[in-house]
Amino acid sequence: MSLYRDTGVVLRVQKLGEADRIITMLTRRHGKVRAVAKGVRRMTSRFGARLEPFGHVDVQFYTGRTLDVVTQVQTLDAFGVGLVNDYQRYTAGCAVLETADRLTLEQGEPAFRLYLLVTGALRALAEGSRDASLVLDAFLLRAMSFAGWAPALTECARCGVPGPHPAFNVPAGGSVCPRCRPPGSASPAEETLSLLAALLHGEWSVAEAASAGARREGSGLVAAHLQWHLERQLRSLPLVERRAKPLAAAVDKDNG
Amino acid sequence: MYEGPVQDLIDELGRLPGVGPKSAQRIAFHLLAADPADVSRLQEALQRVKEGVMFCEVCGNVSEQNTCRICRDPRREASVVCVVEEPKDVLAIERTREFKGRYHVLGGSLDPMSGIGPDQLRVRELLSRIGQQVNGVDISEVILATDPNTEGEATATYLGRLLREFPGLTVTRLASGLPMGGDLEFADELTLGRALSGRRAV
Ligand SMILES: [Zn+2]
Ligand SMILES: [Zn+2]
Repeated sequence: MSLYRDTGVVLRVQKLGEADRIITMLTRRHGKVRAVAKGVRRMTSRFGARLEPFGHVDVQFYTGRTLDVVTQVQTLDAFGVGLVNDYQRYTAGCAVLETADRLTLEQGEPAFRLYLLVTGALRALAEGSRDASLVLDAFLLRAMSFAGWAPALTECARCGVPGPHPAFNVPAGGSVCPRCRPPGSASPAEETLSLLAALLHGEWSVAEAASAGARREGSGLVAAHLQWHLERQLRSLPLVERRAKPLAAAVDKDNG
Repeated sequence: MYEGPVQDLIDELGRLPGVGPKSAQRIAFHLLAADPADVSRLQEALQRVKEGVMFCEVCGNVSEQNTCRICRDPRREASVVCVVEEPKDVLAIERTREFKGRYHVLGGSLDPMSGIGPDQLRVRELLSRIGQQVNGVDISEVILATDPNTEGEATATYLGRLLREFPGLTVTRLASGLPMGGDLEFADELTLGRALSGRRAV
């Protein structure tokens, strides 16, 4: 029996048999790991609640024949506690988890940068200091960039000529110059493309100053770009609540 | 692997919730050895459940008629509605004999990763029930009794936000206490967090 230990985020849980669960985790060193957690659905289980989606945990496994088995769990961050109290942040968090799951196809393939990106996004969503919709779009853009297919935002996706360009075409790979522009391209506002560039590069002061219209248009482009590159549609993305927080609201009274 | 019909039965049983491969095997061989009369009673019960059981048009619980036994019972308080995820949760609460109101069965919990949003559950039906009188009585309290897990908590949050819009309606959530007989230091963070936020004066 060989033991190993890692930290990871619980992406997904599935029921197995009478009281067990299969946990899918994105770990720091071992990439995506699917493991069995025994007896966790019983009310008396001590680690059941720690292995809920969004849990950031320090976990010990032993290597099984088909699936590894969870033997110990300690919570590092219970991100779920903050997320379940706000439905918008919960739905955004679900889209983060589903995207992370879909972008890591192989078990054990290292995904250290994605792991850091996921924990960073969940921390921001759980703390609630930034707009959930912006946090999600920043996550999606950076995750796509790690996968090697971030949309072109400041140059033409086809010929590389510097922009900004007034057209955007998802199959072509992002913004396109007037000469390369395929028929049927979208014409997003210039503000929208600079919002997306700001989100990709973590320039939050620029992103948070963007208008509601640019945010809405930006979310639409990010979603379309992501769906184009994934074989199957993300189920959570259409269910994300996208209402933007009013800019002037100094005190956030709406906690629900 | 067994041959033909026996393996088919094991496979079918293994697809049922809560039945692992070992249990499926055990049940299959139990049925194989059982009295033929017992097996045909089971067969009939299975047939009847698909043909004869419907869902209550008021609360969504399983029912033999258009409205279920609880919704038809004039002794059940019409002013209090307890919202649960599944019909089995109605049974669990009924077993406590603590609750005299009525139910609303959602049909699951909000789980975006499985494609389940508010439109996939009986949320609209809940909202239209509130504001409708039953035997001249208004609904004055809704108890959110969704599961104490991530999806159930998020569902309660979502419903709480919607129900706040109804003036004069009290919305409560089941308290999630620490399990009796345990040490505080061993409580998980989710349970401890909820126990803290649901604390009451002594
Ligand atoms: Zn070009
Ligand atoms: Zn009923």
